[in-house]
Amino acid sequence: MNSDGPSAAWESRRRVVLRDSISIGLAVGLYGASFGALSTISGLTLLQTQALSALMFTGASQFAFIGVLGGGGGVTSAITTSILLGIRNSLYGLRLARDLDVSGSRRVLAAQLTLDETTAVALGHEHVDDPRGFRLGFWATGLAVYVFWNLFTFLGALSVTSVGDPRKLGLDAAIPAGFLALLWPRLRSGSAWALAAVAAATALALTPLLQPGLPVLAVAVVAVIAAGLGVDAPTVEAASLESPARPTPPTESTEAPPPEQDPPS
Amino acid sequence: MIWIAVILASAGCYALKYLGLSVPESVLDRPFVRRSADLLPIALLSALVAVQTFAGGQQLAVDARVAGVGAAVVALLLRAPFIVVVLVAALTAAGLRAFGLAS
Repeated sequence: MNSDGPSAAWESRRRVVLRDSISIGLAVGLYGASFGALSTISGLTLLQTQALSALMFTGASQFAFIGVLGGGGGVTSAITTSILLGIRNSLYGLRLARDLDVSGSRRVLAAQLTLDETTAVALGHEHVDDPRGFRLGFWATGLAVYVFWNLFTFLGALSVTSVGDPRKLGLDAAIPAGFLALLWPRLRSGSAWALAAVAAATALALTPLLQPGLPVLAVAVVAVIAAGLGVDAPTVEAASLESPARPTPPTESTEAPPPEQDPPS
Repeated sequence: MIWIAVILASAGCYALKYLGLSVPESVLDRPFVRRSADLLPIALLSALVAVQTFAGGQQLAVDARVAGVGAAVVALLLRAPFIVVVLVAALTAAGLRAFGLAS
């Protein structure tokens, strides 16, 4: 074993990055069980549920897709809502592109793993002049989240295929609670709360007037107008996207891996 | 029909991920795009919470779901993990229905 300075330092950093990646992958993966269960209850087959986790592979969009369909919305509303929720992944990609430096087939793979969690871990292990921690954090977290998310989706979907009346088990309350848990970490400013309140009120006011699914989409217009008017509500992830490169002391990053607290989105 | 929607929505989400890794930074890195990307999840998730809590088709109703989501708020204030929040909501609604206290 090579024990000279820089290499030994990298060895210990490497272990920290891998430990962060796997623990976050496992924590996020567990939420996949709720997705699998709720998706099946919303009327999707086990195979469709699994396809969403394997192909779409971005939590908030997946939950929105099944939520709109389960609420009686049309497929067009389901598609549009899930795609609108995926827009932030483009911004993560922008932030990742330089240090990740991927092209060709590696970029095709990296794109599928571009998520809140991989971005957060990669940025958490960013070092000036040395992209190894950043890259390892991205790939290891991406792989861990992908494997665990899909595995637990399967187990969750399987667990409810035998369930009788979902209402009797209160599962119709579990779906909005899941959305609320995804929303919660984003409500970190007064303007975020105000927007959430206006959005909820608008959606409810439009519910008797429009086909199911459309009120939620109409709310997207509210958000874009607010953005046009200069309303800002940076999320934790967005704030960290703007921070300059910072070396992360290994001990700190293991004590408080930021994305572990938050649901997948 | 659902299969087509699964494929189209997945393709759309993938395209957005690929786009970010591929375009020059100046194309997407504008204040309006960044603000929209921050605000859209808040607005859409909040609308989904409201609709899934109160709507049944095009009717609004107050039933056991409201109590379930209320219990979820308490769980979130206590910093419970995602899976606990979801379970608390389901158990609350199921319990109220089992005892005939809510529809």
